[in-house]
Order: sequence, then C-alpha cells, then structure tokens
Amino acid sequence: MSAPFGRRQLELRTRRELGPYVVLGAIDERAHAEPGQFYMLATAERWGGGDGERPYLARAISVMRAGEDGHVEFLLEDVGPGTRRLCEAGVGEELLLVGPLGHGFSEPATPALLVGGGIGIAPLVAVQEAWGGRALLGFRDAAHASGARLFDEPLVATDDGSSGHHGRVTELLEAELAEGPRPIYACGPPAMLSEVGRLAAAHGVAAQLALEAPMACGFGACYGCVVATLDGYRRVCVDGPVFDAAVLA
Amino acid sequence: MIEFCGLRLRHRVINASGCFDVLAARRVFGEQLFEEFPFAAYVSKTITLSARDGNPPPRLWESAAGLINSIGLPNRGLAAYLDADLPALADLPVPLITNVMGSTPGEVGELVAALEDRPAVAAIELNVSCPNVTTGLDIGADPGELEALLRHVRPLSSKPLIVKLTPNTADVAACAAAAQAGGADAVSLINTLRALALAPDGSGAWLGGGSGGLSGPAIRTVALAAVSRVARRVTIPIVGMGGVASGRDARELLDAGATLVAVGTECFRDPAAGGRIARELEARFTQIAE
Repeated sequence: MSAPFGRRQLELRTRRELGPYVVLGAIDERAHAEPGQFYMLATAERWGGGDGERPYLARAISVMRAGEDGHVEFLLEDVGPGTRRLCEAGVGEELLLVGPLGHGFSEPATPALLVGGGIGIAPLVAVQEAWGGRALLGFRDAAHASGARLFDEPLVATDDGSSGHHGRVTELLEAELAEGPRPIYACGPPAMLSEVGRLAAAHGVAAQLALEAPMACGFGACYGCVVATLDGYRRVCVDGPVFDAAVLA
Repeated sequence: MIEFCGLRLRHRVINASGCFDVLAARRVFGEQLFEEFPFAAYVSKTITLSARDGNPPPRLWESAAGLINSIGLPNRGLAAYLDADLPALADLPVPLITNVMGSTPGEVGELVAALEDRPAVAAIELNVSCPNVTTGLDIGADPGELEALLRHVRPLSSKPLIVKLTPNTADVAACAAAAQAGGADAVSLINTLRALALAPDGSGAWLGGGSGGLSGPAIRTVALAAVSRVARRVTIPIVGMGGVASGRDARELLDAGATLVAVGTECFRDPAAGGRIARELEARFTQIAE
C-alpha cells in the first residue's frame, strides 16, 4: 500500500516512559504500517534552533506497533538532538511525519526467533503481535531491559549481567537454534546483526534483518542511506530497511 | 503559465537535481504523487556515460541548519537511462529536464548528443559543478574552460542547455557570463558549497567520500548573493536555488533576479515541499497584486 504523499501533521496522543525509553503514540487514520516499516518523524515546533542549530532533518523511526484503528506507536531513546527532542514531546504537541515507509518483514511460514538489541527491539514488537515468535532480547543493563516488558515471554540477556543471561543475545540465539532451526527476524546494532547473519548461515535458516542508517529523506530521494549488498549499494529506505541476511555484503 | 527557455510551466518551482527521485517516490507514494506533482518541471539526478556506484557510506552529515552530503552521483549510466528510465517517465505530468555530467567536453558532448532525438527530454542541465567528484569541478569553476565546453556542446543539441554553476569558484558571475557567451540558454545556481565533516572520535573525515557539499538553510543567503551578482552580469534566465524552504525564500531569489526557483534539501524533509512553496509564492503574488 502506498504512503500518503507529503509530510503530515498528527497530534501526539500518548506518551509513556519505559526505563530509559519513551513510547510515543499517535493516530494515523490514513495509513497502516506493516511490521518493519518506519516513519520520518519530527516535532512541528522547536525542531532546530538547539545546540548547533540541530536537529534539522526528520528522524527515521521504526513502527513499534500499528493497530487496525490507526493507533501507531514508536519507541525512542535519547541518543542525539533529534531523538532528544522527540523524547521531550508532550501529549497534545504536533508531530510532523512522512510514512509509513520502507519494505518491512514478510510473514514467516513457521514461528520465528525474534532477535532484538537495544532500541532495535522496536519493530519486533509489531512482528510478535502480528505473527508470534520467540523473543530473544539483548540490552546493556537491567534499566534498558525494561524494554522487554513490551514482549510476550521474552528471554533476556544483558551485557553486565544485571538482568537475565550475562552475555550476548546471540548466545541465546545459538542455544535456541541448537534446539531446532527456525527463521530469524532481527534488529539491533551492526555487530549483533552480523553475528545473527553468521549464525543463520551456519544453521541454514533464513534471517530477515531490519537495518538502521542515517537518512535524510526516507523515500529514495537522497541516496544517503545505502548499504553494501552482493548486488552493489542499495538504499535502506526503499530497498529495505528489511533485508535478507544472505544478500548483505 | 510561466515561460522558461521555450518551456511552458505551471508555476516557478522545480526541484534541484539529485534531491528527488520520481521513480522511487512513485513506488512509495503511488498515483497521488502525479496527481499532486509538486514541481513545474522535473530535473533528473545526474546521468553519466557509465554506471556509477556512488561513494562509500557514510554519505550524510547533519550540520547547523543544513546537510553535508557526499553521494557520488550513483546512477545506472546513459544506456540504462535511455532504455529504462525514459520509458518509465513517459507519463510524467511536467516537462523533464535531464541533468548530465561528463569529465571532459567530449563526454559531455556524447551525453548531450544521445538525448537529441528523445522528445521526452525537454531540456538539458549540465552538471559542471558537483564538488563531490574531482571530474566536473575544474570546468565549472574556470570561465575559460566553461566557455570552451559550451562551444563544444552547443552545436550538438537543439534543446535548451542550462548550466548548473558551482559556488566553489572565485567569481561565479564570470562563470555565468562565460556560459552565456558559449551559448547556454540558462544558468542554475548554486550547487552545494564544499564542506568537511569530521568524525566525532577524531579519526578524520566522517564521510566515506572525504569532503562533501553543504546544502539547506545554512547556504540560503550565500545563494541569494550569488544569484544577485549573476543577474547583473547575464541576460539569460536564472534558476535560483540554495536553502529554499518557504514561499518567502523563493520570493527573495526571484527578487534577486531568478526566473525559476529550485527546491533541494527541503524536499527531503517534506516530499510535497515544492507544491507548498509554489502555493505560498502564488499567495504572495496575489497579495501584492491586490
């Protein structure tokens, strides 16, 4: 389905904090995002004019959840001027948005393993709600592991051992794969994704990876967000953000 | 209707080359894109003779009120443009301006000549100024070389030739005058300003291509000065661009001497920005007339 053309203004309806994360909710009556899709998000007021006059461009933010009633939720973490401003947005404030954008996940034939790292857990919430699957989640510490509350029966790993398995989420993945091959859906930091790709290849299972890249536009205009694939550079915004791990160079 | 180099346009706002990909946007936004097409003419991304992969990522850096890019002109080359892109653009609702770049006058001539028998191409814009690649930079920054390029290319095309001028030169007005002397039908300016973004960890250049080009509101007043100077030196029409984000910004470039205004980086923030700016401009015209 096509995204409505142009940047639109929607009111921020809900905001709640989840450990260090913020969940923003709006109602988009004109579109319904598929799992893995994203929007370009900005606030209507005070976008720019901060330190160094940033933020200037909208930020590409994964859809965490999209209900049939138009309710759409985003998971945010303050990691820079754009996400900071979005995290500070209050209920009733106007958001500027373009979307939903991108090529999302395709439905698995069998229940999948959902591997998320940090803020990368966001699109997997939508995947689990749509198609089920076993969530394996990695965080740096127990505070960030609050994000696991968005999932049904997750397995958690933390870098510092303050919650769940002390170690990497890919160690949980390896143990699960040893019990039987299942398709993998993953989103997280580059090192995690590359290990997921390696394990998928080793076990002969398909892995759909949702990539993140700095983006100026989100709709294929700027060519700024490319990723190297076996077939050359591809735009994360329109050819992804979800790619089959086997095609990535 | 607006008259520009023999083209009849619905309004004065077009896109800056490289800032809108109609084919990708149509896949994303569907038919609504053509029903509400934001530009009075569409300028393609730069086409080169051979296919180019573009520069290694990262390609973008958000700066103070702007964007530094080092994309590197990725495109599938002239043959694919003629065989695949032109047919796919057949139902474009506005005139098509094809932007080309060659590293020598011979290459530019080859590109221009290949478009001659393509009625779908209403005009040609010559990229002689992209600061991301070493080719193209010297010709556009030097009035003598620029005039020589135009004298070589002009006889090869009956289509309007628009020369895109770089601000990375000692005297942009002298370059515009050289383009006119060589037979250009119009000039467009400014391309991006050469800029450097450094990695926060001190490891050197952030962008995969090294340095990049700055665009966005940060360069708007620079563009205004360049258009104003060029307008006093040439009689051919000017496409003004650089940081335009509103009808008021567009109005200032027109007041400085531009006939058309191109919208670039603002399209990234809002794909429909061109249409909004055209409407804001129209409203101001109406207001003044009243």
